[in-house]
Amino acid sequence: MTISCPPEADRTVDLTALPALPRDDAGPVFRAPWEAQAFAMTLELHRRGVFTWPEWAGTLAEEIARAKAHDAWDDGSHYYERWLAALEALVARKQVVGTADLSQRVDEWDRAARATPHGQPVLLPQR
Amino acid sequence: MSDDHHHPHDHDHGSDSAHDRPLSGPALRVKALESLLAEKGLIDPKTLDEIVDTYEHRVGPRNGARIVARAWTDPAYRQRLLANATEAIAEFGFIESHAEDMVAVENTPQVRNLVVCTLCSCYPWPVLGLPPAWYKSDAYRARAVLDPRGVLKAFGQDIPEDIEVRVWDSTAEMRYLVLPERPAGTEGWNEEQLASIVTRDSMVGVGTVILPAGAGA
Repeated sequence: MTISCPPEADRTVDLTALPALPRDDAGPVFRAPWEAQAFAMTLELHRRGVFTWPEWAGTLAEEIARAKAHDAWDDGSHYYERWLAALEALVARKQVVGTADLSQRVDEWDRAARATPHGQPVLLPQR
Repeated sequence: MSDDHHHPHDHDHGSDSAHDRPLSGPALRVKALESLLAEKGLIDPKTLDEIVDTYEHRVGPRNGARIVARAWTDPAYRQRLLANATEAIAEFGFIESHAEDMVAVENTPQVRNLVVCTLCSCYPWPVLGLPPAWYKSDAYRARAVLDPRGVLKAFGQDIPEDIEVRVWDSTAEMRYLVLPERPAGTEGWNEEQLASIVTRDSMVGVGTVILPAGAGA
Protein backbone atom coordinates (compact mmCIF):
# COMPACT_ATOMS: atom_id res chain seq x y z
CA MET A 1 0.00 0.00 0.00
CA THR A 2 2.50 2.58 -1.06
CA ILE A 3 3.16 4.89 -3.93
CA SER A 4 5.97 2.89 -5.27
CA CYS A 5 8.71 4.88 -6.95
CA PRO A 6 11.31 4.56 -5.72
CA PRO A 7 10.65 1.93 -3.04
CA GLU A 8 13.00 3.42 -0.46
CA ALA A 9 11.29 6.79 -0.54
CA ASP A 10 7.87 5.47 0.30
CA ARG A 11 7.77 5.09 4.01
CA THR A 12 5.89 8.30 4.67
CA VAL A 13 3.28 7.53 2.08
CA ASP A 14 1.61 4.50 3.51
CA LEU A 15 0.88 6.14 6.87
CA THR A 16 -2.12 7.87 5.43
CA ALA A 17 -2.85 5.58 2.56
CA LEU A 18 -5.11 3.10 4.23
CA PRO A 19 -8.75 4.06 4.39
CA ALA A 20 -9.04 2.11 7.63
CA LEU A 21 -6.61 4.34 9.50
CA PRO A 22 -8.04 6.77 12.03
CA ARG A 23 -9.52 9.62 10.08
CA ASP A 24 -7.41 12.61 9.18
CA ASP A 25 -4.65 14.25 11.13
CA ALA A 26 -2.77 11.00 10.77
CA GLY A 27 0.95 11.51 10.76
CA PRO A 28 2.92 14.64 11.47
CA VAL A 29 2.45 17.58 9.17
CA PHE A 30 5.49 19.35 10.61
CA ARG A 31 8.43 17.17 11.44
CA ALA A 32 10.27 19.85 13.40
CA PRO A 33 9.44 23.20 14.97
CA TRP A 34 11.56 25.07 12.43
CA GLU A 35 9.33 23.77 9.64
CA ALA A 36 6.29 25.29 11.31
CA GLN A 37 8.16 28.56 11.88
CA ALA A 38 9.19 28.75 8.23
CA PHE A 39 5.61 28.08 7.17
CA ALA A 40 4.19 30.73 9.50
CA MET A 41 6.77 33.35 8.50
CA THR A 42 5.81 32.89 4.87
CA LEU A 43 2.10 33.36 5.56
CA GLU A 44 2.75 36.40 7.68
CA LEU A 45 5.06 38.07 5.13
CA HIS A 46 2.43 37.47 2.50
CA ARG A 47 -0.30 38.88 4.72
CA ARG A 48 1.79 42.01 5.19
CA GLY A 49 2.19 42.41 1.46
CA VAL A 50 5.91 41.65 1.20
CA PHE A 51 5.10 39.35 -1.72
CA THR A 52 2.03 38.07 -3.52
CA TRP A 53 0.92 34.46 -3.27
CA PRO A 54 1.69 33.71 -6.94
CA GLU A 55 5.18 35.16 -6.40
CA TRP A 56 5.65 32.82 -3.48
CA ALA A 57 4.30 29.77 -5.26
CA GLY A 58 6.48 30.54 -8.28
CA THR A 59 9.62 30.84 -6.16
CA LEU A 60 8.83 27.62 -4.32
CA ALA A 61 8.21 25.77 -7.58
CA GLU A 62 11.54 27.04 -8.95
CA GLU A 63 13.36 25.91 -5.83
CA ILE A 64 11.76 22.48 -5.93
CA ALA A 65 12.65 22.09 -9.61
CA ARG A 66 16.21 23.25 -8.92
CA ALA A 67 16.63 20.87 -5.99
CA LYS A 68 15.17 18.01 -7.97
CA ALA A 69 17.77 18.53 -10.70
CA HIS A 70 20.63 17.43 -8.46
CA ASP A 71 19.17 15.98 -5.28
CA ALA A 72 17.79 12.55 -4.69
CA TRP A 73 14.09 11.88 -5.01
CA ASP A 74 12.16 13.55 -2.20
CA ASP A 75 9.62 11.56 -0.23
CA GLY A 76 8.30 14.81 1.23
CA SER A 77 10.72 14.86 4.15
CA HIS A 78 12.98 17.48 2.55
CA TYR A 79 10.07 19.60 1.52
CA TYR A 80 10.53 22.34 4.09
CA GLU A 81 14.25 22.60 3.37
CA ARG A 82 13.20 23.60 -0.12
CA TRP A 83 10.51 25.84 1.32
CA LEU A 84 13.11 27.61 3.47
CA ALA A 85 15.54 28.02 0.57
CA ALA A 86 12.72 29.55 -1.48
CA LEU A 87 11.78 31.92 1.33
CA GLU A 88 15.40 33.04 1.70
CA ALA A 89 15.63 33.60 -2.04
CA LEU A 90 12.40 35.58 -2.17
CA VAL A 91 13.19 37.92 0.74
CA ALA A 92 16.62 38.52 -0.83
CA ARG A 93 15.04 39.27 -4.20
CA LYS A 94 12.58 41.62 -2.49
CA GLN A 95 15.54 43.27 -0.74
CA VAL A 96 13.97 42.60 2.63
CA VAL A 97 16.79 40.48 4.02
CA GLY A 98 20.02 40.22 2.03
CA THR A 99 22.00 37.01 1.71
CA ALA A 100 25.07 38.49 3.44
CA ASP A 101 23.05 39.82 6.38
CA LEU A 102 21.39 36.46 6.73
CA SER A 103 24.57 34.40 6.77
CA GLN A 104 26.13 36.80 9.24
CA ARG A 105 23.11 36.38 11.49
CA VAL A 106 23.27 32.60 11.14
CA ASP A 107 26.85 32.70 12.41
CA GLU A 108 25.84 34.92 15.32
CA TRP A 109 23.09 32.47 16.29
CA ASP A 110 25.51 29.61 15.89
CA ARG A 111 28.05 31.21 18.23
CA ALA A 112 25.32 32.07 20.73
CA ALA A 113 23.97 28.50 20.63
CA ARG A 114 27.43 27.05 21.24
CA ALA A 115 28.05 29.41 24.15
CA THR A 116 24.76 28.56 25.84
CA PRO A 117 24.71 25.76 28.40
CA HIS A 118 22.39 22.90 27.60
CA GLY A 119 18.83 23.48 28.73
CA GLN A 120 18.94 27.26 28.68
CA PRO A 121 17.35 29.47 26.04
CA VAL A 122 19.71 30.67 23.35
CA LEU A 123 19.85 34.45 23.11
CA LEU A 124 21.84 36.78 20.91
CA PRO A 125 24.18 39.13 22.79
CA GLN A 126 22.74 42.61 23.28
CA ARG A 127 24.14 45.07 20.82
CA MET B 1 19.35 2.11 0.48
CA SER B 2 19.15 5.26 -1.53
CA ASP B 3 22.07 6.12 -3.75
CA ASP B 4 23.26 9.15 -1.90
CA HIS B 5 24.27 7.00 1.02
CA HIS B 6 27.04 5.61 -1.16
CA HIS B 7 28.34 9.05 -2.07
CA PRO B 8 28.15 11.10 1.08
CA HIS B 9 30.37 13.83 -0.34
CA ASP B 10 28.67 14.30 -3.65
CA HIS B 11 25.71 16.17 -2.30
CA ASP B 12 26.65 19.01 -0.05
CA HIS B 13 23.37 20.63 0.91
CA GLY B 14 25.00 23.24 3.09
CA SER B 15 23.64 21.69 6.23
CA ASP B 16 26.21 18.89 6.21
CA SER B 17 28.80 21.28 7.55
CA ALA B 18 26.45 22.02 10.43
CA HIS B 19 26.50 18.56 11.94
CA ASP B 20 28.58 19.75 14.85
CA ARG B 21 26.39 22.74 15.51
CA PRO B 22 24.12 22.74 18.54
CA LEU B 23 21.27 23.93 16.34
CA SER B 24 20.76 22.08 13.08
CA GLY B 25 21.35 23.91 9.78
CA PRO B 26 17.76 24.76 8.84
CA ALA B 27 16.71 25.50 12.43
CA LEU B 28 19.59 27.95 12.69
CA ARG B 29 18.69 29.59 9.40
CA VAL B 30 15.03 29.92 10.44
CA LYS B 31 16.01 31.51 13.73
CA ALA B 32 18.35 33.93 11.95
CA LEU B 33 15.74 34.90 9.37
CA GLU B 34 13.04 35.27 12.01
CA SER B 35 15.17 37.55 14.17
CA LEU B 36 16.09 39.77 11.21
CA LEU B 37 12.47 40.03 10.09
CA ALA B 38 11.32 40.78 13.62
CA GLU B 39 13.88 43.58 13.89
CA LYS B 40 12.52 45.08 10.71
CA GLY B 41 9.04 44.93 12.17
CA LEU B 42 7.85 42.55 9.45
CA ILE B 43 6.86 39.72 11.71
CA ASP B 44 5.78 39.30 15.29
CA PRO B 45 6.88 36.01 16.85
CA LYS B 46 3.59 35.82 18.74
CA THR B 47 1.62 36.02 15.50
CA LEU B 48 3.73 33.20 14.09
CA ASP B 49 2.77 30.98 17.01
CA GLU B 50 -0.88 31.75 16.40
CA ILE B 51 -0.59 30.87 12.72
CA VAL B 52 1.02 27.54 13.49
CA ASP B 53 -1.61 26.75 16.07
CA THR B 54 -4.43 27.66 13.72
CA TYR B 55 -3.26 25.48 10.87
CA GLU B 56 -2.07 22.61 12.98
CA HIS B 57 -4.94 22.27 15.40
CA ARG B 58 -7.89 24.46 14.59
CA VAL B 59 -8.22 24.12 10.82
CA GLY B 60 -7.09 20.60 10.08
CA PRO B 61 -9.45 19.05 7.59
CA ARG B 62 -12.47 19.94 9.74
CA ASN B 63 -13.44 23.04 7.81
CA GLY B 64 -13.55 21.05 4.61
CA ALA B 65 -15.58 18.31 6.28
CA ARG B 66 -18.24 20.83 7.33
CA ILE B 67 -18.48 22.11 3.77
CA VAL B 68 -18.92 18.60 2.40
CA ALA B 69 -21.52 17.72 5.03
CA ARG B 70 -23.55 20.80 4.20
CA ALA B 71 -23.38 20.06 0.49
CA TRP B 72 -24.71 16.57 1.24
CA THR B 73 -27.63 17.81 3.30
CA ASP B 74 -28.52 21.06 1.55
CA PRO B 75 -29.06 20.74 -2.24
CA ALA B 76 -29.08 24.52 -2.68
CA TYR B 77 -25.72 24.79 -0.94
CA ARG B 78 -24.35 21.97 -3.10
CA GLN B 79 -25.39 23.94 -6.19
CA ARG B 80 -23.70 27.08 -4.91
CA LEU B 81 -20.56 25.14 -4.02
CA LEU B 82 -20.23 23.58 -7.45
CA ALA B 83 -21.06 26.84 -9.21
CA ASN B 84 -18.74 29.08 -7.20
CA ALA B 85 -16.77 27.35 -4.47
CA THR B 86 -14.89 30.46 -3.40
CA GLU B 87 -18.11 32.23 -2.48
CA ALA B 88 -19.82 29.15 -1.08
CA ILE B 89 -16.86 28.46 1.22
CA ALA B 90 -16.71 32.11 2.20
CA GLU B 91 -20.21 31.65 3.65
CA PHE B 92 -18.47 29.74 6.44
CA GLY B 93 -15.87 32.46 6.87
CA PHE B 94 -12.92 30.12 6.25
CA ILE B 95 -11.32 31.79 3.27
CA GLU B 96 -8.19 33.75 3.94
CA SER B 97 -6.51 36.34 1.84
CA HIS B 98 -4.47 33.90 -0.18
CA ALA B 99 -5.95 35.32 -3.32
CA GLU B 100 -6.59 31.88 -4.72
CA ASP B 101 -9.89 30.72 -6.08
CA MET B 102 -11.44 27.52 -4.90
CA VAL B 103 -13.11 25.04 -7.18
CA ALA B 104 -15.20 22.12 -5.93
CA VAL B 105 -15.25 19.00 -8.09
CA GLU B 106 -17.85 16.35 -7.47
CA ASN B 107 -17.36 12.62 -7.38
CA THR B 108 -20.19 10.63 -8.91
CA PRO B 109 -20.71 6.93 -9.64
CA GLN B 110 -19.11 7.66 -13.05
CA VAL B 111 -16.36 10.14 -12.13
CA ARG B 112 -13.54 10.17 -9.59
CA ASN B 113 -11.53 13.34 -9.02
CA LEU B 114 -7.94 13.52 -7.81
CA VAL B 115 -6.14 16.70 -6.75
CA VAL B 116 -2.41 17.27 -7.02
CA CYS B 117 0.03 20.13 -7.35
CA THR B 118 2.69 19.03 -9.78
CA LEU B 119 4.87 22.12 -9.37
CA CYS B 120 5.03 22.55 -5.63
CA SER B 121 2.32 21.78 -3.14
CA CYS B 122 -0.50 24.24 -3.57
CA TYR B 123 -3.15 23.02 -1.19
CA PRO B 124 -6.42 24.49 0.10
CA TRP B 125 -5.08 25.28 3.59
CA PRO B 126 -8.08 27.26 4.80
CA VAL B 127 -10.29 24.21 4.39
CA LEU B 128 -7.92 21.26 4.78
CA GLY B 129 -5.20 22.55 7.10
CA LEU B 130 -1.62 21.55 6.35
CA PRO B 131 -0.84 19.10 3.57
CA PRO B 132 0.25 15.60 4.55
CA ALA B 133 3.80 14.50 3.69
CA TRP B 134 2.72 12.27 0.82
CA TYR B 135 1.00 15.20 -0.91
CA LYS B 136 4.35 16.99 -0.95
CA SER B 137 6.35 13.98 -2.11
CA ASP B 138 7.89 13.81 -5.57
CA ALA B 139 6.30 10.39 -6.02
CA TYR B 140 2.78 11.70 -5.63
CA ARG B 141 3.34 14.91 -7.56
CA ALA B 142 4.91 13.09 -10.47
CA ARG B 143 2.64 10.09 -10.64
CA ALA B 144 -0.77 11.61 -10.00
CA VAL B 145 -0.90 12.99 -13.53
CA LEU B 146 0.94 10.20 -15.34
CA ASP B 147 -0.76 7.30 -13.62
CA PRO B 148 -3.72 8.41 -11.51
CA ARG B 149 -5.22 4.94 -11.37
CA GLY B 150 -1.93 3.55 -10.11
CA VAL B 151 -1.79 6.24 -7.43
CA LEU B 152 -5.37 5.55 -6.39
CA LYS B 153 -4.60 1.86 -6.25
CA ALA B 154 -1.68 2.62 -3.93
CA PHE B 155 -4.21 4.26 -1.65
CA GLY B 156 -6.36 1.17 -1.73
CA GLN B 157 -8.74 2.48 -4.38
CA ASP B 158 -9.24 0.10 -7.24
CA ILE B 159 -11.07 2.13 -9.88
CA PRO B 160 -12.91 0.12 -12.53
CA GLU B 161 -12.00 1.01 -16.11
CA ASP B 162 -15.45 2.34 -16.89
CA ILE B 163 -15.15 5.03 -14.24
CA GLU B 164 -13.50 8.21 -15.41
CA VAL B 165 -10.61 9.60 -13.33
CA ARG B 166 -10.08 13.35 -13.56
CA VAL B 167 -6.85 14.88 -12.26
CA TRP B 168 -6.80 18.51 -11.15
CA ASP B 169 -3.44 20.28 -11.01
CA SER B 170 -3.54 23.06 -8.43
CA THR B 171 -1.85 26.39 -8.92
CA ALA B 172 -1.18 29.41 -6.77
CA GLU B 173 -4.43 30.92 -8.03
CA MET B 174 -6.64 27.86 -8.15
CA ARG B 175 -7.17 25.17 -5.52
CA TYR B 176 -9.46 22.21 -5.64
CA LEU B 177 -11.69 20.50 -3.13
CA VAL B 178 -13.18 17.13 -3.96
CA LEU B 179 -16.80 16.69 -2.98
CA PRO B 180 -16.86 12.97 -2.23
CA GLU B 181 -19.89 10.73 -2.57
CA ARG B 182 -22.10 10.43 0.46
CA PRO B 183 -21.88 6.85 1.69
CA ALA B 184 -24.94 4.66 1.77
CA GLY B 185 -26.32 4.05 5.22
CA THR B 186 -26.15 7.68 6.31
CA GLU B 187 -29.77 8.50 5.51
CA GLY B 188 -31.19 10.69 8.24
CA TRP B 189 -27.77 11.73 9.58
CA ASN B 190 -27.44 15.41 10.44
CA GLU B 191 -24.70 17.72 9.22
CA GLU B 192 -22.55 17.26 12.30
CA GLN B 193 -22.68 13.47 12.15
CA LEU B 194 -21.82 13.53 8.49
CA ALA B 195 -18.93 15.95 8.98
CA SER B 196 -17.41 13.56 11.50
CA ILE B 197 -16.87 10.85 8.88
CA VAL B 198 -15.50 13.03 6.06
CA THR B 199 -11.79 12.39 5.73
CA ARG B 200 -9.04 14.60 4.43
CA ASP B 201 -8.06 11.90 1.94
CA SER B 202 -11.56 11.89 0.51
CA MET B 203 -11.41 15.64 -0.07
CA VAL B 204 -8.06 15.35 -1.88
CA GLY B 205 -9.51 12.49 -3.87
CA VAL B 206 -7.27 9.62 -2.79
CA GLY B 207 -9.96 8.14 -0.56
CA THR B 208 -13.68 7.78 -0.27
CA VAL B 209 -15.91 8.37 2.72
CA ILE B 210 -16.75 5.12 4.40
CA LEU B 211 -18.85 4.35 7.42
CA PRO B 212 -16.67 3.68 10.45
CA ALA B 213 -16.91 0.11 11.67
CA GLY B 214 -19.97 -0.25 13.85
CA ALA B 215 -21.60 2.98 12.76
CA GLY B 216 -25.00 2.72 11.19
CA ALA B 217 -25.43 -0.82 12.42
